[in-house]
Formats: sequence, structure tokens, C-alpha cells
Amino acid sequence: MDIKIRHVEGVTVLDLSGKITMGEGSGQLRSALQDALTAGSKKILVNLGGVSYVDSSGLGELVGGYTTVKNAGGEMKLLNLSKKVKDLLVITKLLTVFDVSEDEATAIASFS
Amino acid sequence: MTEPTTDHVTLHLASVLPSVETVEQTAESFAQRAGFDEDDIGHIALVCREAAVNAVVHGNKYDPGKEVTADFDLTDDALSVRIGDQGAGFNPNELPDPLAEENLLRTSGRGVFLMRAIMDEVHFRQLTPGTEITLKKHRIAREADK
Repeated sequence: MDIKIRHVEGVTVLDLSGKITMGEGSGQLRSALQDALTAGSKKILVNLGGVSYVDSSGLGELVGGYTTVKNAGGEMKLLNLSKKVKDLLVITKLLTVFDVSEDEATAIASFS
Repeated sequence: MTEPTTDHVTLHLASVLPSVETVEQTAESFAQRAGFDEDDIGHIALVCREAAVNAVVHGNKYDPGKEVTADFDLTDDALSVRIGDQGAGFNPNELPDPLAEENLLRTSGRGVFLMRAIMDEVHFRQLTPGTEITLKKHRIAREADK
């Protein structure tokens, strides 16, 4: 999995591409989130537009990242879920946990 | 020439993560031949992947002395996938409910739940040693077969 980092209006945007699965991408997202927190960022938008595939380990990675950011006093939101990923979040009720958006500008504006 | 709509394959795999990819790709191939729609094909491949991960990681614990077996059976009625490991076994009835409020933020424990949500039938069988899980999805009749 590839992660590119950019900053937009005080929000750290992580652009993910590839897969988040057991054996591929696992651990990378949590590391990137930890780095962002260490750098002082409290507003993190995870762009999943380039993520082609997520398994239950990948869901765990997203949940773990969310908890890490929240425990550090920050906010983590998701952007551009594919239908496949969204279906999984619906089935597992994780869509009730995450703040999800399909538009970056709207997502950026929604951070407190 | 039309592709055969029944088939059977048994794989004997090492307890390594690339075996998970093999199971997933084989499941996808069988699901395509079964005539499932794109969403179902993806979901079936995913839960077969989940079962294979469980066998490699939790069952066999990557032990090179233990193998994973994956049996794919396509009949006119259904696609059945049986995945077995040689581990210590476990009780699937003792798995926490990942939809329960207190478990929603757990970072693991959703694999078996996804299998049950997506497949029509999920059965566990204790082996000596190990565990075998059977995942079954009933087929849709293809237009060509009607």
C-alpha cells in the first residue's frame, strides 16, 4: 500500500492506494497516523479513493487508527469509499463509527 | 465451447500468506464460473480469503510443518469451499459478536462474522487435529442453462 501525505487548510490528508489486507498494508496506516499525530496534526482525513480492496484485517487497521487518533484528542475521517469498502462498513456496522464523505472540500470543512 | 459449470479442485497449501492469495484467486475463479454477479464474486472471494487467513494465522500459526487444505466444489446447486487447518481447534460459538456496541472498536474478530453474513451456509467441523470450515453459496441458474 502506498500512502501520500498532504496538508489542506490545517487538515492532514492521507491518500491511500493499494490494498489494506493481512500481509499488505497492515501496520502502515497506523504508522502514518502515528507520524501525523507526532507532527502535531489533530485533524486527519484518510482518502480511500485509491484503495482497491480491504479485508477484515484492513477494517481492523482503520478501526485501530481511528481509536489511536481519538485517544490522542484528534479526529479521523474517511473519504471516497469504493462500493466494495462501503459495503463492508455497512455489513460490520462500522459505518456508524466513521464520519464518511464523498467530497474532499466538504470533509475538510467538517473538522471542528 | 461453453465452460463446464461443475468442477472440483483440492489444494494442499503451506501455512504462509501467499497461500491465502491462492485460495482467494481460486475462489474468485470458481465463483465466476458459477455465474454469480460481480458483487457476489467479490464477497465470496473475500470470505474464502478470511477462512484461509484464519487457517494460516490462527489455526496453523504459520507452522511450516502444518498444511492448509482448500477444497472447491462446484455443482449445479452450489459452490462449496472447505478450508481446513491442523491447529488446536476453536469453538466458533465462543466468538464475540463484532456488532455488539462494546466490540465495534475491536481491531479483530470480524472474519467469521463476514463469512456468515455473505454465505448461505457456514459449518464448522473439528478435525483431529484442526478445524474445517465449509462455506456454501447457492447458485443462480444461468440463462444458458435454462
